[in-house]
Amino acid sequence: MRRRSLARRSLPWAVIIGMFLVWEVLCRLFNVPEFVLPLPSQIFEVLITRWEALLPHTTQTLMTTVIGFVGGVIVGTLIGIAIGSSRLVYEAMYPLLVGFYSIPKVAVVPILVLWFGSGTVPAVITSLVICIFPVVVNVATGLATTEPELEDVLRALGASKRDILWGVGIPRSMPYLFASLKIAITLAFVGTVISETVAANRGIGNVMIIASSNIDVPLVFAGLFILAFMGIALYALFALLEQRMTGWAMRKTEFSM
Amino acid sequence: MSGRFVLLDAVDLTYAAGEDEGTAALQAASLHVGKGEFAAIVGPSGCGKSTILKLVSGLLAANRGRVEVAARPVAGPVKMAGMAFQNPTMLPWLSAIDNVLVPLKIVQPYRSQFKQKRAEYEERARALFKTVGLAGFEKRFPWQLSGGMQQRASLCRALIHEPEMLLLDEPFGALDAFTREDLWATLQELWMSRRPTVILVTHDLREAAYLADRIFVMSARPGRVIAAHEVPFPRPRTLDMTFSGEFVELIHALRREISDAREEALAA
Repeated sequence: MRRRSLARRSLPWAVIIGMFLVWEVLCRLFNVPEFVLPLPSQIFEVLITRWEALLPHTTQTLMTTVIGFVGGVIVGTLIGIAIGSSRLVYEAMYPLLVGFYSIPKVAVVPILVLWFGSGTVPAVITSLVICIFPVVVNVATGLATTEPELEDVLRALGASKRDILWGVGIPRSMPYLFASLKIAITLAFVGTVISETVAANRGIGNVMIIASSNIDVPLVFAGLFILAFMGIALYALFALLEQRMTGWAMRKTEFSM
Repeated sequence: MSGRFVLLDAVDLTYAAGEDEGTAALQAASLHVGKGEFAAIVGPSGCGKSTILKLVSGLLAANRGRVEVAARPVAGPVKMAGMAFQNPTMLPWLSAIDNVLVPLKIVQPYRSQFKQKRAEYEERARALFKTVGLAGFEKRFPWQLSGGMQQRASLCRALIHEPEMLLLDEPFGALDAFTREDLWATLQELWMSRRPTVILVTHDLREAAYLADRIFVMSARPGRVIAAHEVPFPRPRTLDMTFSGEFVELIHALRREISDAREEALAA
């Protein structure tokens, strides 16, 4: 069993390395020019040789994303609780929320720039706004689908609405919240990069847009790699947190508080 | 066994159902249960048995008639009740013992002392676990327990805050016959040592006759109480008693009343 699980765990790495190998071999075989598709080895070379220049942009993008994400999750959770625990709020607010969410976020950036100038602020807000919706929907679903029997247990004891929300509703919707966090963190990067490519002088999005106008294609791809890596790292972090906090929902035997 | 600790007097209840007229669950239902008495309610399915428990616990309000507990009209959830349902309704994110401690986090005076007295309360929960035969399973999560074990834990949760009144809604309905009989004995023991007022809703006539002092028989929907039986057998009752002639006769009588009620409903 042990051996098999080890093999399983290394499987995704094997697939990733395999993809890079195929990419490298195909590019060399067909002599694909660098400005169309650079070799993975070239991209890694850029990452290594220019890391000092890339680092501040990386931290800029990371910080922007994380701040936007945290803000979005807080706002989203609050709206989700309001919508999920009250039919009235749900009916009143849901159409507006869907309307907001249907607006492409790129279209909002110029307005944000108009209000806040270019730079970090519009990027934070874009990633914040983009995070809200999945969190709202999931938290609201978690609350709205709470079994009435579970609530009755507390209601019969004379528990207040707040007791029931804290005692049953919120713990019950935690698995939903965590599922949405994994979606939200990847979306937050989308928001940040959109804003950075349109209006910023720092950040990976900005690096990529400048590199592409200089036809420095390996650098563009290096930017992509950094984004992918950060996305995976944060996704993994939340997957881990999810397992820790809501293992009960997956009935993990090793789960304990 | 005196007084009228729980009183329902000519109670009507109709569940609202949108545009329709709604479903009449109870019509002119009356019953009373003395303090410290063990009452059972039996009747055809869908006759509003569970509705009575919801009225008594204050989860539902009657459309007409009086509902009183301890000589006071019920308005909103009564805090002195412990409830157990057919589903164990354990909170899946809490261990068994934490589930049992839930009422102490809600009900006063325990609530305000919960942090200081947690160790004492846990001790109390452990003692209860022992009486119901769950010792050693305190830290398990609900899904790691069998249905019978979850139901035992649910019983502990109904009892932990030493309620004056215990409302049991088919708590053993989903269990196998042997586990069920085990739990009858446990429940009888617990009742005899603490003497809460109990209302047990059940389909199982043997269960009703084994456990209760008084059995109410309900008609088909809309439900009302059509008969009340005193159960004369001495306590503690044993399973062997349930096969004695007198006991079987009582069950026969109950059975006849219920099937008459069902036929009447079908004819109507």
